[in-house]
Amino acid sequence: MTAVYRMPSLGADMEAGTLIEWVKQPGERLAKGDVIAVVETQKGAIEVEVFHDAVMGRPLVEVGETVPVGTPLAELEIEGAPPETGAAKTGEAAPAPRGTPRPMAPEQPPATKSHTEPSTLPAGRRRASPAARREAERLGLALDDLRGTGPDRAIVLRDVAEAAGKAERGVPSAERPSPRHGLDLAAMREAIAAAMARSKREIPHYYLSQTIDLTSASDWLARRNAELPPERRVLMGVLFIKSVALTLRDFPELNGFDRGGRFEPAPGIHVGSATAIRGGGLVAPAIHDADQLSLDALMDRLRDLVARVRAGTLRSSELSDPTITVSSLGERGVDRLYGIIYPPQVAIVGFGTPRLRPWVVDGQVVPRTLVTATLSADHRHGDGHRGALFLAQVGQRLQEPETL
Amino acid sequence: MTATETTLEQLRDAALEELINVATDLAEETIPPVAGLRETLDLDSMDLVNWIAALHRRLGVDIPELDYPKLRTLDATAEYLAARLGAD
Repeated sequence: MTAVYRMPSLGADMEAGTLIEWVKQPGERLAKGDVIAVVETQKGAIEVEVFHDAVMGRPLVEVGETVPVGTPLAELEIEGAPPETGAAKTGEAAPAPRGTPRPMAPEQPPATKSHTEPSTLPAGRRRASPAARREAERLGLALDDLRGTGPDRAIVLRDVAEAAGKAERGVPSAERPSPRHGLDLAAMREAIAAAMARSKREIPHYYLSQTIDLTSASDWLARRNAELPPERRVLMGVLFIKSVALTLRDFPELNGFDRGGRFEPAPGIHVGSATAIRGGGLVAPAIHDADQLSLDALMDRLRDLVARVRAGTLRSSELSDPTITVSSLGERGVDRLYGIIYPPQVAIVGFGTPRLRPWVVDGQVVPRTLVTATLSADHRHGDGHRGALFLAQVGQRLQEPETL
Repeated sequence: MTATETTLEQLRDAALEELINVATDLAEETIPPVAGLRETLDLDSMDLVNWIAALHRRLGVDIPELDYPKLRTLDATAEYLAARLGAD
């Protein structure tokens, strides 16, 4: 059975993407979760994955082309799949969490315009893919000197790579790792602006904050880390994520998506961890099933995600799957932050900077390490009463760090 | 140039190399040896722990968590590492 693989939506703020590379060639077998292609978006070069076992078929889009979300990219041969499932669906073609088919978002039809690459270029400008343009600029190569092998003889990445005398996806040399490949900070700013404006326009947020005594958690963590080599030490931010993820098991109404005004609970708890990008910009890639991971495993996942944010190599499921976001501006010195919900999610949890403060314990004023946790949630799908209980349970869990 | 200066310079270079390995987006930046790593380079706590782990692997120097604040700049890091290596 032939299906099509479409340009996936990697978040509410994505309208189009540019195909940079086919990772699989026609005839190659793909297992669910395999990377099929690399697509450039406002969030950098993203490895996009298939969500069915399939055989790669005919490509329908040329490397270097920018197409709207939902555009067929390639044919896939799927064994035994009914015609209208999986890859044949439009829009949200990214893998659904843990194999559950994700219903289409009715309010999100595939966008039809592309911000990133005008189809007609100003006269006198050589046709080139945005990725090729930037790579050429980075390498100091003039586009006029390059031979284009893309559609309409456009210059694509492989032409730049050839001119630069290196393999297109060669291992970056140790002395000069490639910096954030394909990341366009101006485009990312535009995407964040669109998503946040939509959030503030459509989502009636309610905001709660709670001061949490972090003394036992920080003492416990310091003792634990003191016995471990640096690569096995765990950050406080990991305890925050784990306590939120465990608490969400009791608050399914905060873990999921708004679908045209109706709440759809998510089957898994995939915590998006807000990560700032140097120079501006922000992504919140998912840590899948965060409630089921040990602190060590969570730390490893977070370490890997941050490294790949820095290198600009996130995967599609990491961008499209978060069911809630956790943001800690912990080290930047703010006392608290009230997050703006990233649609279609319905909640975001914020942690400020843990600090030593005066606090009353058993009638005495004593110095304690305190942190302020906040919850911003969608009032259409729940009320502050439940939100308060949620924050209280997060705080309670942090009193017993050994159970996290 | 004295032997001590050479060592400090080598340690600083090693620290810089490992820093760029964990924060690849800094590869094209010029990083002054006295620049504040957190304030000027905007390293976050995950960048720092990854970097410290890399230094540990490369040099075999144990860096306790309580000492992290001492690694404020590349120069300060080189001096700290030299002292730790000398003490071993």
